[in-house]
Amino acid sequence: MSPLKIKKGSTSHSAYNLRPTFSDVVERHTLAVLVENEPGVLARVIGLFSGRGYNIDSLTVAEVDHTGHLSRITIVTSGTPQVIEQIKAQLGRIVSVHDVHDLTVEGASVERELAMFKVVGQGDKRVEALRLADIFRASVVDSTLESFVFEITGAPDKIDAFADLMRPLGLTDVARTGVAALSRGE
Amino acid sequence: MIVQALIDQGVDTVFGYPGGAVLPIYDEIFQQNAIRHILVRHEQGAVHAAEGYARSTGKPGVVLVTSGPGATNAVTGLTDALMDSIPIIVLTGQVPTFMIGSDAFQEADTVGITRPCTKHNWLVKETDALSGVIHEAFHVATQGRPGPVLVDIPKDVQFATGTYHAPKPSVSHYQPKLKGDMEEITELVAAIEKAKRPIFYTGGGVINSGPAASQLLRELVKVTGFPITSTLMGLGCYPASGENWLGMLGMHGLYQANMAMHDCDLMINIGARFDDRITGRIDAFSPKSIKAHIDIDPSSINKVIKTDIPIVGDVGHVLEDILKVWKSRGRKTNSEALAKWWAQIEEWKTVDCLKFTQKGKTIKPQHALVRLEELTKKHDRYICTEVGQHQMWAAQYLGFEDPNRWMTSGGLGTMGYGFPASIGVQMAHPDALVINVAGEASWLMNMQEMGTAVQYRLPVKQFILNNERLGMVRQWQELLHGERYSHSWSDALPDFVKLAEAFGAKGILCADPDDLDDAIMEMITHDGPVIFDCLVEKHENCFPMIPSGKAHNEMLLGEAETQGVIDSKGSVLV
Repeated sequence: MSPLKIKKGSTSHSAYNLRPTFSDVVERHTLAVLVENEPGVLARVIGLFSGRGYNIDSLTVAEVDHTGHLSRITIVTSGTPQVIEQIKAQLGRIVSVHDVHDLTVEGASVERELAMFKVVGQGDKRVEALRLADIFRASVVDSTLESFVFEITGAPDKIDAFADLMRPLGLTDVARTGVAALSRGE
Repeated sequence: MIVQALIDQGVDTVFGYPGGAVLPIYDEIFQQNAIRHILVRHEQGAVHAAEGYARSTGKPGVVLVTSGPGATNAVTGLTDALMDSIPIIVLTGQVPTFMIGSDAFQEADTVGITRPCTKHNWLVKETDALSGVIHEAFHVATQGRPGPVLVDIPKDVQFATGTYHAPKPSVSHYQPKLKGDMEEITELVAAIEKAKRPIFYTGGGVINSGPAASQLLRELVKVTGFPITSTLMGLGCYPASGENWLGMLGMHGLYQANMAMHDCDLMINIGARFDDRITGRIDAFSPKSIKAHIDIDPSSINKVIKTDIPIVGDVGHVLEDILKVWKSRGRKTNSEALAKWWAQIEEWKTVDCLKFTQKGKTIKPQHALVRLEELTKKHDRYICTEVGQHQMWAAQYLGFEDPNRWMTSGGLGTMGYGFPASIGVQMAHPDALVINVAGEASWLMNMQEMGTAVQYRLPVKQFILNNERLGMVRQWQELLHGERYSHSWSDALPDFVKLAEAFGAKGILCADPDDLDDAIMEMITHDGPVIFDCLVEKHENCFPMIPSGKAHNEMLLGEAETQGVIDSKGSVLV
């Protein structure tokens, strides 16, 4: 699914499953929300989550179609199936929202996140950090005699794993972009 | 340009209050005659008046207020309109674009403040975009589930000249779905054919869908013979005198309506939203029924109650399709079972849950409304209410034969709504009898609008059931808080007759049941605004009542049943 190809008119082309089977199990869902790129649109989306008490685990936003004035917001959220359905329906109600896709239920998708890690240390720890970075295919984007800044891209759990390994080796700062996601295939 | 855009949108009336940041617009209004501007006395009054105008006409209401306090005073009205799905367009002035963010005089982040209480809002920074945004605002406010919108216009944008664009067939991406899914509709028709104990549960969505939807509903009820109940917001979509009418349902709904909701096997929700005032305890809500839900807003479906047959679409369109499909399949219902169901309903009706005894020299509020109904029902009548016991009694004891005749604050429960709303209604229907059934406490919240009523010679009748108490608060304190009546009465009420006279209006005091009819007739025949101060029984409670945390079949019918009925779990609910 290309973010630029999503058809306008969200309700006739919607991802809403109006007949869900409800359970109490909290699920993690990745939602792709295509919105009008206008002032305040992010506040509308975030305000919906805080106002109605939904969770945001991660959120990324950037313009994806300059001529069409469209931005894509990728939200990772968690809740029971009923809550997830409500979130999607409530997002769909926002006038600036063109389309809502639940990548978790609409077939396979890929998720990627970029992170930067600052690791400060000397001697063996420094060597070990560099070796592990190589295994994780993280690249060094800044270096001093006593520090590295690694850049790593991958699924969120890969980044979590890398962070766990770096922590004893002198990890001081982390910057993560949050998840960007696309469905696989056409 | 703004005035031209409003004219092109068919606006004839604007409710507003001027101020520094909207002076250029007011200057334009001064120089034209196509739009009437009604000067209110408080911006909250302007929004409620616009709501009254909108609800009684089906057209959007328009409000014009200034920046800062003008906009913040409109917030309650916006929230009220959002909760009750009323189309309102609020235009606010803003400080000039180059001063935004500088804490300028009368500056407020209006779009920020009103974002959660509007359906959508805009800050217009370029004059060329202004007309397009105003047209889009009307489109968004009226299409789909209606609601309030706000357009914030900085003063320099008002002053500058720009290109005007006339409204054109919408280019907006906001195009809600109107037609329901035929598969779901067919499934509902199949359920209708089989149902043994069906009920129509209708709401404000029927009224919002337009008079045609009410007509289709009446036809559907007639041909199927199913019983029908309605929420507070839906009163009038089916006539109160209709054969299949059970009365309002919900917390203060009628016994037969709530019992039928609890015991039904097919519930057809048409344009209602399973509000907590309706459902009571959710896990005990109509446990044996298949639930169909017709709503134009997908987020209403499965929000509170799990739906078996969800239909997203406009009520009018969907009802038309239901009738078409049902007729083409041979107009079947399970008439044998239906007869049994009606027999059960008739038995419930014999409980006569609204009975009361008027005796002695004190007017019972119910009696006042029964007499008001009797003496006004033949008039071309519109009823507004404030919020509280009087509102519930009005819903119970007055009969509504047509849609758009009943203006009340349902979702938000805004005390102070009714009086300004009655002004808006009277503006739209100058020759009609417009009555605001009020409590004295609610009425005082927007009493400044007496000035508006008198200035525009609007003969609105303020029918105040004066118990010198916050009656509903008092009732809850009696039931829930050990009869500790904390701050639920007023020690310094005005003399309402003198108050009316101070504004140049007529005041009528009535304290004796024997005088009531004459006093009401005097109110109706007086050509001008009237404050009717009806002194009523001070400790009357509103029944039937489903206590918080209880199910539909656990209604309280009268005083004797009220001791210790709400447990600790229920008492945290509102």
